[in-house]
Amino acid sequence: MAGSTHASPTVEPGKPAPAVEATFSPRREAWRRFRRHRLAVASSVILGIMILAILLGPIIWPVPINDINFAATLQGPSLSHPLGTDDLGQDLLARMLYGGRISLAVGLAAMAVAVFVGVLVGAVAGMSRGWVDAFLMWLTDLFLSLPTLPLLLLIIYLFRDGLTATFGPEGGVFILVVAVIGGLRWMPVARLVRAQFLSLREKEFVEAARALGASPTRQVFRHILPNALGPVIVAGTIDVAAAIIAESTLSFLGLGFPPDIPTWGRLLFDAKDHLDIAPHWALFPGAAIFLAVLTINFIGDGLRDALDPRRVL
Amino acid sequence: MADYLLRRLLIAIPSLLGISAVLYTVLALAPGDPFQELATNPNVPPEVQEALRRKFGLDDPVYVRYFRWLTAMLQGDWGYSFVSRVDVDTLILQRLPTTLIVIGSAQILALLVALPVGIYAATRPYSVFDQIANTLAFVGFSLPTFFTGLLLILVFSIWLDWLPFVYRADIAATGWQFYWEHIKQSIMPVTVLGLFQGASLVRYVRSAVLDVIRLDYVTTARSKGLEERVVILKHVVRNALIPVVTLIALQMPVVFGGAIVTEQIFRVPGIGSLLISSMLANDTPVIMAVTFVFACLVVLFNLIADILYGWLDPRISYR
Repeated sequence: MAGSTHASPTVEPGKPAPAVEATFSPRREAWRRFRRHRLAVASSVILGIMILAILLGPIIWPVPINDINFAATLQGPSLSHPLGTDDLGQDLLARMLYGGRISLAVGLAAMAVAVFVGVLVGAVAGMSRGWVDAFLMWLTDLFLSLPTLPLLLLIIYLFRDGLTATFGPEGGVFILVVAVIGGLRWMPVARLVRAQFLSLREKEFVEAARALGASPTRQVFRHILPNALGPVIVAGTIDVAAAIIAESTLSFLGLGFPPDIPTWGRLLFDAKDHLDIAPHWALFPGAAIFLAVLTINFIGDGLRDALDPRRVL
Repeated sequence: MADYLLRRLLIAIPSLLGISAVLYTVLALAPGDPFQELATNPNVPPEVQEALRRKFGLDDPVYVRYFRWLTAMLQGDWGYSFVSRVDVDTLILQRLPTTLIVIGSAQILALLVALPVGIYAATRPYSVFDQIANTLAFVGFSLPTFFTGLLLILVFSIWLDWLPFVYRADIAATGWQFYWEHIKQSIMPVTVLGLFQGASLVRYVRSAVLDVIRLDYVTTARSKGLEERVVILKHVVRNALIPVVTLIALQMPVVFGGAIVTEQIFRVPGIGSLLISSMLANDTPVIMAVTFVFACLVVLFNLIADILYGWLDPRISYR
């Protein structure tokens, strides 16, 4: 058995074992582990600043996002326009602050959809044996082999007009993008949850709960699900990053949000034809997407270290 | 072995059917008439429209339409493009080779980067090299392909003026000049896709090698007095790479997504840019066919990976 031990960051023979500490609550223990991942901590700070800027920025920088000024088109960064202007002379800082709200909101909402569907499918599959489990896993595998981006584009192409007619251009596209990105990303979560359920459901504490007469619902919500949440949180974090990339990709291809909603991807789409005279127009939103995705991925990595109890850190 | 091949082939068929059913359901659920380009054309009189609807069976129940569509697709009758009035299959066959060449070269580049880096990092876990490689890998797959593409265009086409940023299928030169032009215009799209792929592969390769390197038989090989290089290359890597084959196949949907974006940025005339341009032009038959081709390619690559897996790992091939 010793020979097949998987490698983990524990293997640091030079370090002395930390002194025996008082027992902590799992949450404090996770926080202690998370703090040791320096990049994850730095990422949390940077992401926190970005979120603060997006939330409070429009108050501190109250420039309208669609204020057209032909006297100041395609200007580089300056005092009056810290991030420059676009081809209509609109202030890029204001547009990016607004777009960031949409991009992050899409990321979070799509993650919520993906995690909800994934936990539901995984939990049902993990609790029921037989054909329900087999069918749900077949469905999961089928969705895993769907070409995500073409399908995403296809669905948005087919449904956009109908939904924008019902919910308005902004709301319609938002609902559609969130539902579709979330609906195509639940599979890894479902697999994780099912695997967790399969092992947890046979554990002694669940058996004890069952022997005490706990209903299946209580077993799931009170005993199994809380213990299965660690990997789900990690997968959910990384899903936020993936959803931000997906939304930006759609907008970048000109098939996402309409032009008057300047998400980061949409800004890049508009900027790409002026790359030679106004590179700042593309560089700032691109860097914002990159920074958001990178920090979220690092935080996910830190959470993985923090929430995996098998790792001794 | 033949038995294994046959079983894998038989597994691929239901997944293709499932995917086609999902695609058709999406199409059928969509509000509005997907063929409205003809139906709303004022030059087409209503009775002709009615005849056309009947001819294409648009008013039949969904499952009838699905089976008709499926049989037509299987017989190679993919309809014709509303925009260019060309058969869809000709259009796709024209463009498919370009896409496959770009994706194939990108995969080779990704492997050329990921294998050495991943293996070297795994043999020295938690060293400085490993940490730098890990951080760069994170940066690599956090950089969206559309942003890397624009950055490369900015640096190499606009600032340095070394490489062309539009991919042209009709190069006038001949001989070596022809190949040189082709290589030059492929460098950026292939780099964008390859580095993105390579960044996620590095982590897979590293953890696969780390899983194997601590097994007892590796210790045995070392204690026999074998050279470290032989131990790593012959004993560790050969076994570690088996799961990597599957991971590459599982990554294919992501690769195709990246290919669509890359083709769009560099205007590579592949099926990805065909998909986008037909979406912007409401060319439904082309859109459906291209999406289906992408799905088929994903299933095909999964099948190839399964077969390779059976060939590489004799423990599972005759199961």
